[in-house]
Amino acid sequence: MAETTEIRWHGRGGQGTVTAAKVLADACLSGGRYVQAFPEYGPERAGAPLRAYNRVSSHELRMHCPVLEPDIVAVADATLLDSINVSEGAKENSIFLVNTTKAPKEVREKLKAGKNQKVFSVDATKIAIECFGRALPNAPMLGAICKITGLITLEHLLEDVKKSFGKKFSQKIIDGNLEATKRGYEEVKEG
Amino acid sequence: MAKIVAVTGNEAVANALRQASPDVCAIYPITPQTDMMQKYASFIANGKVSTEPILVESEHSSMSACIGASAAGGRVITATSSQGLALMWEMLHIASGDRLPIIMPVVNRALSAPLNIHGDHSDAMGARDTGWIQIWSENAQDAYDNTIQAFRIGEHMDIRLPVMVCLDGFIISHSIERMEYLEDAEVKNFVGEFKNFLPLLDLDKPKSYGPLILTDYYHEYKRAQHEVMTKVKNVVLDVAKDFEKMSGRKYGLFESYRLDDADIALVILNSAAGTSKDVIDSFRNKGIKAGLLKPRLFRPFPYEEVAEALKNTKAVCVMDRADSFGGYGPMFMEISSALYQLKEKPALINKIYGLGGRDYMPSHAELVLNELNEIASSGKIRIVKEYIGVRE
Repeated sequence: MAETTEIRWHGRGGQGTVTAAKVLADACLSGGRYVQAFPEYGPERAGAPLRAYNRVSSHELRMHCPVLEPDIVAVADATLLDSINVSEGAKENSIFLVNTTKAPKEVREKLKAGKNQKVFSVDATKIAIECFGRALPNAPMLGAICKITGLITLEHLLEDVKKSFGKKFSQKIIDGNLEATKRGYEEVKEG
Repeated sequence: MAKIVAVTGNEAVANALRQASPDVCAIYPITPQTDMMQKYASFIANGKVSTEPILVESEHSSMSACIGASAAGGRVITATSSQGLALMWEMLHIASGDRLPIIMPVVNRALSAPLNIHGDHSDAMGARDTGWIQIWSENAQDAYDNTIQAFRIGEHMDIRLPVMVCLDGFIISHSIERMEYLEDAEVKNFVGEFKNFLPLLDLDKPKSYGPLILTDYYHEYKRAQHEVMTKVKNVVLDVAKDFEKMSGRKYGLFESYRLDDADIALVILNSAAGTSKDVIDSFRNKGIKAGLLKPRLFRPFPYEEVAEALKNTKAVCVMDRADSFGGYGPMFMEISSALYQLKEKPALINKIYGLGGRDYMPSHAELVLNELNEIASSGKIRIVKEYIGVRE
């Protein structure tokens, strides 16, 4: 990993993408690192495309602007691949993670990914429905991000998921999200 | 022991306010300040602080409630943004004229019309002549630290003036960043007990606030207000010294970044200063002597110190995130006034950027630094005031 890792999330309003970026920032605080998490604020409507960003660094983060050249692009809703260019500004070695039912190879073709760009897919929506009965892909997406970036350990991430979801939700929902995070970690595939 | 957290700017400032244990807080929502006061209200509801909340029906009432509570003899806070600050306008003058040390975070946001909820400095710049002390903040840590220091500055017995602590709407207020909280006990000890000065509730010594003063003494009264402002700089520096002892973090009247030997410099406020510093570093790596000055205390403005810091530069650009239509940007006018007193002064230009939350990107800083570099070598200014990052 480079000194500073920049992540761009693509999702739709109501999918928990902004929450995912926040949980990731909190989890990455360990080891004295500097973190940022911020969404692009527009009219907040369920279903509308949105972006959120993370920066994680061993140095103080002074930059206060959107990430233009992401190291990691995380797409929480595969239908966005048809409507926006998620590869915009990507580096030749950027990593893509897409929540989709499709095999990572198909996603790679769809993205027209370069040979040094890694492409991963995970069926985060299915995992979420199976674990806690709602189509909120953020927990398994976080598990997958954890696996493919190595920014944090799974144990650490699970602690943070418990902490942030614990404030709002019942034990059943928290357990479901923890399970979903673990499954995202285990089921993410490279193509 | 400091506690390292990842929180939004609004949450950081809400915690600073809580740690100062104010007696009264007037609350009225406005984006992007709303969740700061929402957080504060939850502190009250959960018994984390014993502040009396006053829920009001407008910002005019909010500032009026603060004035009443402060004159009565309490430590008083509120927070606002944009239209809210604009609606407070006449009461802002009364707070400062009555010498009431109200502490008010201003989460900077554009003014209507057209309606826009995003960050720029039009709101607080419009309030620069209201007699309030203004302190500006780059990030969540600055905003938190400045809020804590604001109590000591405003409540100082030689000062007794209201203080605005400015931070960028959304860019800081709603972004999560790593920062350090001080311990509650440390802050309590640093801020100290609120000291009364001529409180209305001292019924044994009846007094009146805001009387009619006509041609006989109004002029002297205003002169006295000017006089007290001249004492603020030293208090700000003394408080900063004490704060550094406690926190290890250093504050001044402004921040000079790689400015000592700089040929070209940006003068820029708040969050955009952070983005610019990274670009300054890349110019330094290319062998170009670039630097940056980030004002912190904007009212009173430290003219002599700023002039001293910029006097050896060849070309300076003042970056304004607000405009005075038909005039120069508000900060340009201050820097221009500061430099006028120098015998030899740098070439000075003004760029207006980032209005209504338009992103300020590293490429904008590069563009301006390249232009400054040309001005420094040719001595020729193409245009004094210009908008950058405009869609054509």
